Amino acid sequence: MSERSERTVRRSDETPEHPDFLWRDPEPRRHYDVVIVGAGGHGLATAYYLAKNHGITDVAVLERGWLAGGNMARNTTIIRSNYLWDESAAIYEHALKLWEGLEDDLGYPIRFSQRGVLNLAHNLGDVREGRRRVNANRLNGVDAEWLTPDEVKKVCPILNTSPDVRYPVLGATFQPRAGIAKHDYVAWGFARGAYQRGVDLIQNCEVHGFRRDGERVVGVETSRGFIGAGAVALSAAGHTSVLAEQLGFRLPLQSHPLQALVSELLEQVLDTVVMSNSVHVYVSQAHKGELVLGAGIDAYNGYGQRGSFHVIEQQMAAAVELFPIFSRAHVLRTWGGIVDVSPDASPIIGRAPVDGVYVNCGWGTGGFKATPGVGWVYADTIAHGRPHPLAEPFALERFVTGALIDEHGAAAVAH
Amino acid sequence: MRFVFDGREHIAEPGDTLAAALLRNGVRIVATSLYAGRPRGVFGIGAEEPNAYVHVDSGGGETMLRATQVEVYDGLRARSLAGKGDLGTEPDTARYDKTHAHCDVLVVGAGPAGLAAALAAGASGARVILADEQPALGGGLLGARALLDGAPAADWLAAAAARLAAMPEVRVLPRTTVTGYHDHNYLTAVERRADCLADPPPHMARQRLWHIRARQVVLAAGAHERPIAFADNDRPGVMLAGAAASYAWRHGVLPGRRAVVFGAHDGALVAARDLADAGVEVAALADVRDGSVVVGTEADADGVLTAALIAPLGADGRPAGAPERVGCDLLAVSGGWDPAVHLCSQSGGRLAWSDEVAAFVPATSAQQERSVGAARGTFDLAAALAEGSDAGAQAAEATGFQGSGAELPTVESVPMDRQSPADERPFGAGRALAGRPPAAFFCVEPADEAAAGRVFVDLQRDATLRDLRRAVGAGMTSSEHVKRYTTIGTAADQGRTSGVLAVGLLANVLGRSMTDVGTTTYRPPYTPMSFALLAGRDRGRLADPERITALHAWHEARGAPFEDVGQWKRPWYFPQPGETGQPQDTMEQAVLRECRAAREDVAAMDASTLGKIELQGADVGEFLDRIYTGVFSALKVGRCKYGVMCAADGMVLDDGTVSRLSEGRWLMTTTTGNAGVVLDWLEEWLQTEWPSLDVRCTSVTEQWATVALVGPRSREVLAGLAPDLDVSNESFRFMDFREAEVAGLPARVFRISFSGELAYEINTPSWYGLALWQAVMAAGVTPYGTETMHVLRAEKGFVIVGQETDGTVTPQDLGMGWAVSKKKPDFVGKRSHQRADTARAGRKQLVGLLPDDARTVLAEGAQLVTGPPPTPPTPTHGHVTSSYRSAALERPFALAMVIDGAARHGETLYAVDGDQVTPVTVVEPVRYDKEGARRDG
Repeated sequence: MSERSERTVRRSDETPEHPDFLWRDPEPRRHYDVVIVGAGGHGLATAYYLAKNHGITDVAVLERGWLAGGNMARNTTIIRSNYLWDESAAIYEHALKLWEGLEDDLGYPIRFSQRGVLNLAHNLGDVREGRRRVNANRLNGVDAEWLTPDEVKKVCPILNTSPDVRYPVLGATFQPRAGIAKHDYVAWGFARGAYQRGVDLIQNCEVHGFRRDGERVVGVETSRGFIGAGAVALSAAGHTSVLAEQLGFRLPLQSHPLQALVSELLEQVLDTVVMSNSVHVYVSQAHKGELVLGAGIDAYNGYGQRGSFHVIEQQMAAAVELFPIFSRAHVLRTWGGIVDVSPDASPIIGRAPVDGVYVNCGWGTGGFKATPGVGWVYADTIAHGRPHPLAEPFALERFVTGALIDEHGAAAVAH
Repeated sequence: MRFVFDGREHIAEPGDTLAAALLRNGVRIVATSLYAGRPRGVFGIGAEEPNAYVHVDSGGGETMLRATQVEVYDGLRARSLAGKGDLGTEPDTARYDKTHAHCDVLVVGAGPAGLAAALAAGASGARVILADEQPALGGGLLGARALLDGAPAADWLAAAAARLAAMPEVRVLPRTTVTGYHDHNYLTAVERRADCLADPPPHMARQRLWHIRARQVVLAAGAHERPIAFADNDRPGVMLAGAAASYAWRHGVLPGRRAVVFGAHDGALVAARDLADAGVEVAALADVRDGSVVVGTEADADGVLTAALIAPLGADGRPAGAPERVGCDLLAVSGGWDPAVHLCSQSGGRLAWSDEVAAFVPATSAQQERSVGAARGTFDLAAALAEGSDAGAQAAEATGFQGSGAELPTVESVPMDRQSPADERPFGAGRALAGRPPAAFFCVEPADEAAAGRVFVDLQRDATLRDLRRAVGAGMTSSEHVKRYTTIGTAADQGRTSGVLAVGLLANVLGRSMTDVGTTTYRPPYTPMSFALLAGRDRGRLADPERITALHAWHEARGAPFEDVGQWKRPWYFPQPGETGQPQDTMEQAVLRECRAAREDVAAMDASTLGKIELQGADVGEFLDRIYTGVFSALKVGRCKYGVMCAADGMVLDDGTVSRLSEGRWLMTTTTGNAGVVLDWLEEWLQTEWPSLDVRCTSVTEQWATVALVGPRSREVLAGLAPDLDVSNESFRFMDFREAEVAGLPARVFRISFSGELAYEINTPSWYGLALWQAVMAAGVTPYGTETMHVLRAEKGFVIVGQETDGTVTPQDLGMGWAVSKKKPDFVGKRSHQRADTARAGRKQLVGLLPDDARTVLAEGAQLVTGPPPTPPTPTHGHVTSSYRSAALERPFALAMVIDGAARHGETLYAVDGDQVTPVTVVEPVRYDKEGARRDG
């Protein structure tokens, strides 16, 4: 028999070996110092940093389904920090710096790949806003460059930069340190790190109420019984508003379906991340070789993780325009997540109007890239009972004061 | 038919799939596995195929296609792949169509159950669509040996097809795969048209995407054969047993000469019998139910199967005793049939494990659908026919038709105990096993852990039992986690041969039930759909509709470059001979000339793209008072007024003018890019908050062509064009509106200015637009484009929504507090204006900037800091929103939003763009004609 026929599976560099051990499912205890509701990326990262940075290990992370099965499992894994406003750039850049050391910190091959992100400009308004953003980023110490169409072509040769297309590429912002990571591995890395430090990860445990003593929360009612808590940290994306309702306060969140899709595995054709707000495409090629694309947000509100088919069709039309060779790729699998959008498209992090309760929500489409950063500042906020400086601007009170951090960008092109 | 595979020419027979043709030609190795690099052969016969993924080079080219579903045509050229597709470098020039259809009953799958359903529903008169992915109707009946009404199945299929063809309300779509089941019984399907033809007519689209809204759906998509995993189960020569038998009886291709059959249910026995009857020597039969399993295989130097190792099964469920080596070139495996529950699951239906059929079957229904036949675990032919007929009739009745069921054939199966030559072979022993319930058996325990690394669960992903055990060992208990850890089920075949295996293995390891572990969620599409198909015709110029004005041809003829504003094409500037150099230089010369013409003489612009919304009703005034920050209800007929509207957060949303055409008719203009947004905004408030208001909104943007006539001589030009119109300043005042004949054309004339000059906006029905424009041009007027418009307004400190504003700017920030009523009880945004941060002093405010060197045109988007050189993090004090070279000012200037800007006039700031730092002086934003003296000419 030949060597070839007897070869056993040896994973190539494209699929790393996972650790032999991640975590075990424990029975919930009767009381924890901190109960985090939602074992998505944010909840797990928060638990990890509570334990690691603050020595708070009497922590449970409750998850109604399977760990990291919500938006953490459904996003397109893009990581960047080139946000316009100082407050946003600060927290996302903090996250990006953590990403840069996260593989070593977690001891987990999370496949963070700093392949750069292009944000394309297709009209004069995009160019103006793109340059504005680049200049703002540079002042904030965030790496950013403005690229001409020729320079864009050099970064991404398969992009159609012809001036003769419907919406030609007029330039792009480029953040070289941006990139992608493997979302599941990130979640598992945080979960493993938290578990190793004594945090209980409790799956199939749905929170359906809270117990209060006067103004203060003392625990959560769950599908697996009552669990006492010194502090309760909500981290359940769009469902945070459902939990807040049970606590007697309202959150200004709207939840919408957002779809994404992957192609089959393809030989490498794209080694950077390309985003275009004007024509609603963002795409990267994952390590294994599949194209990962995100679509536009469905207009209607809802918690159903199902989007509309026409959104995918429009997205594919735009994708094939930008990347003519994509026409031969196939959509292998589509899925929907839920984005929880606040009025200014920025997150809400901080103390809730109920004593002992903290909120982290409203991340919209930006949650994955913030994962380590938000875990860090949320843990610090919980540990000290006051907002971390990077979280301060994102307090719920801003919707009362009007001190918004509006990341919607320019309202429209005009005149 | 001749075709080429991996550079070698072969012969195929009509009706061959590429997989059948390769087997016919003795091609055993058809792919190399993704990670392990092991040789792989054809494994299945349909959508379940995990190995034989090919790239077709002929016919425009397409990658990652299943050889089991590629139809061979004369001249087909294809090549094997190693688990990854190849996008090539050439653009795809094929056309892809889309179409929409409604029907009463959609039947998915034209096997026996689906045909019976379509016949029954069709007979009722209901509108029926019958879709099947294969080129011919019949599904599992194709090549089947059972007799229907005493004749070969092909006869009944032909008769059924003829009956369906005779029903006028029935549409049959062969080569059409239903790929998605969305909400509200909305399904998508892919019809393959030109890509299976050697010489398709040029008009034919390659594929067509169907969007089908069905009142009722019958899911009759059949079932996929499930393998059993064992060590070295991936050798070329190891195949699904039912697939192997079908190649023999449907295509007349023997996938081997000497076979070992390994199974856990009667289907394997049927396959063994059929293989034997087709002339394959069945050397051995291993039936789990009989305590006999295949524990491994042997291969030749190329890795192709040479023998199966058979061992008895011990009481503990593990192989016991020394294996017996049986030489063979075909190992036909069948662990059971998995109903094709994909669409049912996509629709929201739940699945449950059935011990009776040892498979997941539909349990609950979420939409108007019913599963029949093999798709719900009914594998008996006669029962499937009856079920299909009943479902077809019920579906038709549910849509209001009188169903009575289809006339069904009698079924005569080939008896298992029939005397045949095969009885003399080891297979004969298996006969006695027939009729026993299927065993839920997924994997033969390997001898050691090393061997576990060669027990392939997912052939396409090269994921093994060892991977799955590691996932469980790592603590994973959810099938979703295991899928993600091992990648089982995520390849292009979407785990059709591996998903249930993985669930079974997981259930065994965890000691949980199959239903409890459950499958991972089935997601659309059922089989992969090409990006190009989804894009359809929305490519090239049709990628997004181009909106052009009635004057577009004139602009084009004059050589104007165009600017994209939303979907509109707007002329940017009008270069003249002598204005040369780089495009940027040409533009600068043209714009300076156009600006001079507007300031010193007379110029005109095509302003047709401005959004125009006509509002009618008794409450328009009240409505506008709520929507705009200013007061509109007091506007008199014949007058116009400028207005700003804010979003609920108090930030500027849009601006424009409102003219009162008559008592109950008003005309609103919006910015070009925001016209749709504003109409949605108005409708949202009217429909959701104030339904009691009597207001109707109609977009009339495209009904009117608009010519902005600007400059000190504009009155003179208008007077010449409209002799009957009194254009004197006294009778046609600023912000007056008149109906008049202009250049002999019906027109509305508004005395509105966006430049500070004496100016008119002349609207005429769009079909007269070109005539009006030509008449204006004939009067010696200079045409100008959007860039000049921008410069003129900026010199006056007029803002552009979306340029000076970005959703964070209030009217007050723009110095437009005068446009915000203090008296009105409420308007959208008023409450937010009172919020602490919105009301505070020192917010970013609109200012003018003058570069200190009086030469540099600042970059729009430059950030403003207080001192050079900036070292991060440097706080920004604002940014440049607009920047131009001004003919009137004879220098460059800019507008900017600056923190506390109104109080900082005279201060020096530094504009930072990339590495360029330019000192600038903050000034007030109005740079030209501060007194407003030029407005009246």
